[in-house]
Formats: sequence, C-alpha cells, structure tokens
Amino acid sequence: MSDNQRLLTIDGLFIEGYQDEQWRQVVKGVSLHLDRGQVLGLIGESGAGKSMIGLASMGYTKPGCRITSGSIEFDGVELVGADQETLRKLRGTRIAYVAQSAAASFNPAHKLIHQFAETAVQQGLMSYAEAEKKAKELFRRLDLPDPENFGNRYPHQVSGGQLQRCMVAMAMACNPDLIIFDEPTTALDVTTQIEVLGAIKEVIGAYGTAAIYITHDLAIVAQIADRIMVLRHGEEVETGDTRAVINSPKKDYTRALLAVRKHRGETVDHGHQDIILEVQNVTAAYGNKFVVLDGVSTKIERGKTVSVVGESGSGKSTLARVITGLLPPIGGEVRFQGQLIPPGMKGREKEVFRRMQMIYQMADTALNPKHRVRKIIGRPLSFYFGMTGKKREDRIIELLDKIELGEKYLDRFPGDLSGGEKQRICIARALAAEPELIICDEITSALDQLVAGGILKLLQNLQNELAVSYLFITHDLDTVKAISDEIVVMHRGKVVEQGPAQAILNPPYEPYTDLLLSSAPQMDPSWLPKVMQHRRELAAKGINLQT
Amino acid sequence: MRTAINLLKHVNWSARLGLAVIVINVACAFFAPWVAPYSETEVVGDVWEPVMWSAEAVPHNPPVILGTDQLGRDLFSRLMYGARNTIGLALVTTALAFGVGALLGFLAATMKGWVDMLLSRGVDILMAFPTLIFALVVLSVMGTSTTVLIVVIALIGATRVYRISRAVAMDIEVMEYVESARLRGEGLWWVMKDEILPNALSPLVAEFGLRFCFVFLFISALSFLGLGLQPPTADWGSMVRENAAAISFGILTPLIPAAAIALLTVGLNLVVDWFLHKASGIKDVP
Repeated sequence: MSDNQRLLTIDGLFIEGYQDEQWRQVVKGVSLHLDRGQVLGLIGESGAGKSMIGLASMGYTKPGCRITSGSIEFDGVELVGADQETLRKLRGTRIAYVAQSAAASFNPAHKLIHQFAETAVQQGLMSYAEAEKKAKELFRRLDLPDPENFGNRYPHQVSGGQLQRCMVAMAMACNPDLIIFDEPTTALDVTTQIEVLGAIKEVIGAYGTAAIYITHDLAIVAQIADRIMVLRHGEEVETGDTRAVINSPKKDYTRALLAVRKHRGETVDHGHQDIILEVQNVTAAYGNKFVVLDGVSTKIERGKTVSVVGESGSGKSTLARVITGLLPPIGGEVRFQGQLIPPGMKGREKEVFRRMQMIYQMADTALNPKHRVRKIIGRPLSFYFGMTGKKREDRIIELLDKIELGEKYLDRFPGDLSGGEKQRICIARALAAEPELIICDEITSALDQLVAGGILKLLQNLQNELAVSYLFITHDLDTVKAISDEIVVMHRGKVVEQGPAQAILNPPYEPYTDLLLSSAPQMDPSWLPKVMQHRRELAAKGINLQT
Repeated sequence: MRTAINLLKHVNWSARLGLAVIVINVACAFFAPWVAPYSETEVVGDVWEPVMWSAEAVPHNPPVILGTDQLGRDLFSRLMYGARNTIGLALVTTALAFGVGALLGFLAATMKGWVDMLLSRGVDILMAFPTLIFALVVLSVMGTSTTVLIVVIALIGATRVYRISRAVAMDIEVMEYVESARLRGEGLWWVMKDEILPNALSPLVAEFGLRFCFVFLFISALSFLGLGLQPPTADWGSMVRENAAAISFGILTPLIPAAAIALLTVGLNLVVDWFLHKASGIKDVP
C-alpha cells in the first residue's frame, strides 16, 4: 500500500515573485515527496525559496508571487489551481502551519484557548468543549505550565518559548496529516530553542504527523528530520537521509554549510598586553527602576577578543550601551586606557568616540539608506582626521580592499548590497576611525551561516593585522567558541563567570554555563535526546532556566 | 539627468498630465511680460467683453482671447501676470514654511526634552486659532503688505510642517544609523542635515505639494476678502473677487480665473499623488 503512504508530492514546482517591476523565478523546478509520519527538513540560506515551498505545500503563495508550473498533490488532491473552497477545507485541519514569530501570529485581544478552538469549531470538527479537552491534552504533552488553566491566559502573559509551543498545539488541534514548521525556533534563545524543539519532536512523534521543517540551521534540522533537502537559489542541491547528508554530503555547498562550524584560525600574540577597557562594578537601570546590570566588572586587553554571552534579557547589550555612554550607569565606573571617562556621551572627547567603535546586529538599520558607501566610510575619515579629496578617496578604497569588497562598491547605496556586504561596510566604517576597541553587538545573528563565517574570519584577520580589541556580544555559542580569548557569562544582569576561553569552555563547568553550552545544537541526530536527559539532571539539582 | 529622464518614463499618465499643467503655468508665470498680448493694467476695451470665439466678440488686434474684466482689461494677459504673482508668492511662502517648520521639527525630534516641549506647545497654541481668523487679525493689525502676507501664511504653514516633520524625524531618530552617528561624536547639525533630512525627504516633498496648494488657495481666499495682494496687481484670487458681480448678469468671466486655480490645484495634486504612491513603496503587481 505504498500509494496510500504517500502524503505529499511536489513535482517540478516553479514559483515567480514580482520585484523591481518584473517577474523573477524564485523557485526553479523543485520536486519532493513526503510519506505519512515522515519529517522532511528544508534547509538553505535566505532567498533559497524554502519558505515559498513550505507555503506552496498548502497551495498558498505570498502576495506578489505566483505558481507558474508544476503540481502539488496532497493526499490525492491537486492543489495547484484548486478552488478556494477546496483549499479552505484542507488548511488548518489537514495541513497546518507554524510560523517563525508566534508573537506576531496570535491575536493579542483573545485568550489562547479561543484561538486554539477557532478553526476546529468553525470547521465543525468538534464542539468547543471537545476542543478545550484536546487543548489541555496537548498543553500537557508540550510541557506547558499548568495545562488545565494555560488556555485562559492572553498571549502577552506567556513567554516566547511557551507561545511558540502553544502555536504548535494549535497546529495539532485538528490532528492534521501535515504540519509546515517555518523556522519555529529561530527567534528564540538557545536554551529555549531546545525545549521547543524537544516538544515538537515529542508531539509529532506521538501523533504520527508528517512535517516539513524549514530552517537555515543544519544542526537543528539534524535533530528532527528523517530526510533533508538542501536548497540554494530556488534549486535543489541534494536530498537524502539525515545521517547520510550530515555524515557524507555529496555536494560542495552542503560540505561548506557543515564546515562553517569549525573553529578559529591562527591568532597572533601582540606581546605587551595593556588594558584597553576596564568596567568596574557597573550598575545600570532603565528609568532608575529596573536594574538590568548589577555590579558588573570586566576588562579587555589590547588585541584580544572578549565575548559576552547570555540569553536575551541577561543585560549583555546594556553593557555595550553603558560603555558607549548611551546609557549612563547609576553606579560604578568605566576606564578607557586607564582614564576615567564621563558616564554619559556628554563631555566625552572626540578622541574617546574615535577609539571606541560599534557594529550593530542589523546592518540594515545601522547604515543610512540614503548615503553612498563613499560617504558612509568617508565620513569618519574627514570627521576624525580631516581627510579630503584624493587622500580620502584612496583611504576609502584601501578600507574597501581590507574588507574584501573593492573599489566598485564606492557609489552603491546600502539597498544595493546583500546582508553580508552591508555588515562588511559597517566593519569598514568602524575601522576608518582606527579604533582600539570595537564593540560587536550580535553582528552575525542576522546573517546566514556561510556569510557569518566569512565575517568572523575577516574580523580575526583584521585583529591579527591591527591589534584591535573586540567586545563580542552574542548568544550564539558556536561564534563564542570560534573567536574568544576570554568569555564573560551573564545571567539576569550579573556576571556568572568570566575567564580565559579554555577554562570556561572545558570542564569543570559552572552550572549555568553548562546549561548554556549544552544547549548549542550539535550536528548529531542523537544529540537532542541526550541533552534533554542532561537537562533533567540539571533540573534535579535545582538549576532551571524557565523564567 | 539620466535618472530624471528614466524616472519620467515610469510616471503614469495622470501624473504626466499634472506635470504638463504645472510646466505650462510656470512657463506663463516666467514669460508673462514677453508672451502676454497686453500689459497687466492696460484698458483695452469695454467692460466684460465675451471670449473671442463667442458670437458677440469684439475684434481687437492682438485679439482679446478670454474677453475683458470689470475695468475692460485683457483677462488673458492678467491671468498670465496673475500666475506670476500667485505662483511666485505661493512658492516663496511654502519654501519659508518648510524651511522654518522642518528645521524646528527636526530640532524638537533630535533634542527632545524641554526644547521639544516648548516648541510643540507653542505650535499647539498657534494651531488653536482658526487659520483664516488668525491671518485676518494679523493682517488688519500689521497692514496688508506683501511681506506681512508672506510671513503670516508661512507661519501658519510652518505649524503644520512642524508637526509632520517632527513625527517623521522621531521615527528616523531611533534608527541605529543615527545612534551610530552620535556615537561617532557628530553634532546636532550633521545629524539633522545628513542623517535625518535625506530619509525624511519623500514624505516632506509630498507634503510640500499639498501645502503649496493650500497656500495658494489661502492667498486666493485672502485676496477674495480684499486682504491679499492689492490692486491693480493681478492675482487669480482677486480676479475672481473683482469680477464676481458679473455672475449676476449671467457673464461667465469670474469662472475663468477660478478655473485656472482649480486646474493648477488638480495638476499639482496629480503629481503629488503619484509621488506619495512612489514614496509609500507599494508594489504594483500587474
């Protein structure tokens, strides 16, 4: 009965998107199939067309997109060209969708249980009471707190990870045959990500639901998928069983994706190690009320990289704001090269601004969209060093070469650049000031893995060449392992542990650091059950991350 | 220049029509002394002569195309001179309103605190007066010179421009590239001129078009009440007022300057609509 086992067959799918006043192909002839109870991982960089394929499996395209050819057959029903009524009956009941941002997908004005029951009741599949019973069962299975009453809360009353799990519950409400997961854990902290991932795996396994799991993270998909399809530029790179793809990838692109997670290259020892920045006992609060930094002390040596790690809300970005003067601390002091600097931006000398540069997470918003690259990089040159004319132009080109972009980028606007190129321009802008310290605030989290790898390598080379120090703020432990000399672990505004990278990353572990480290997904399909077990052991010792 | 031509290619037909109307009007305004058949004040014939293609038209050389006004002056020539005064005045006034309004709006958004509070409440007070009453009061106290007229209308316009530019600048001010400029140690002027202004330009230009129409109508309204430009200077608003009595005799002369006002307003709005659509970034999917 292999025919009946086949749930979804996509054959030669072409999707076009409308951009810059013309239709462009986004998905170029992708074919795939999915059996009942199977999980297929779709993986690729942004723009690979994986979300498009996910949505197309429901017979849907985003506005401004259209399916031009190919067929999508779901359990014997052809979805391409099907009328709205047919599609409406399938969506939400037989095919469900879990989006990346649960917060944006729930209606903040209704209780969770009402939103849970809506589809099922409306489609006449169950009564409200039955839906409620089902909800409680699912909430329990997904490890949500107080499953009996959880549904009575409003979306803002639960955490991001809980909301995401609730969305999974909602998708499971009508016992669908297929669920599309579109980057369901990408917006979550590493530690929360594990819980959601574990919950998803448990629940779809228990109900025998088939799933398409879309992500850009190979290590995540390794935990959950039976088969993996690697996509690039709207085309299939390779497909295979999870273990086969991970252990013996056939294509260079897949190998490159796997290799990104390898560790740092050579570092140069710059000899004399004077202290560039020293933060002493800093306490900071928003509105003088909510203390977000509590007695934090740390220091950075010349030519070294100090990573600050922690979950969101741990105060790591606030530390950067205090150092730059954006948020004057209410206690403690910041010393730059031994000199006490004013707490706020007012009264700081131009020289202090110059020596301390910052690079942001979102290169999109960190670059003025109306300035050309020439002006973006040239401004610090004329502002700090009074450079003009040919001298300035030559230096801009020199900097562009340093960040491996080159002269042809001079007249481009940020809108003409890719995410990785934008981040490189941000780096060049920081370098133009010839700083001693660069604060990097999650600079690789918005980038695809391959691109992020390139940026980290570039930073490493620049450090070797220029002996610049980095304060590297991140929640990504792979990045930390790849670049740090020293590590500061933060939790709820306090420093849990700090010291040389080797000491922090190797046993014996501080319990919280252990929890963080063990949360970083490994490229090993059997890793998730192990880490869940490890977590239960930690929890038994009273170490818990649930906030 | 090439980009300007490229841009024109993508302009839709309604905006092109509007653009044509504006170009013709501006050309008339510029070349009035050379192109107009008669001078602004010359009496050429009888009172309220009909248009030249009507059966009762009185022959003249050069022809009196649109008939004559209440003093027997050539209406067509006066329309051209009127374009000069009306559009010129509106342009100066709008530019002044934008200069002052946008500068203060940006200043309030970047400095925040008491500067913002002071400016915003001041603007609130000015806006509390109905515009026409406010203008009437000031003009009757200060006298109806062109300078006072410009300053008063610009002030009224500036309050509206202040509001919109402050709101737009507030949104831009929180962007990281502004923060990054501050962290570079940049001063207020750079932040306003180089970081905020270029990004606030599209909504402001769109607003400029609309505001221009309002100023233009406002001058007409004031002229209609006798507080605008003083005779014998021609402007479209006064021309409607001076000829208004003709309507009771079934003579259509006052409708001609009124039509000119309407045409330019519609033309300008067609262009502004197109620009707003462009600035909103809505994709046209065929």
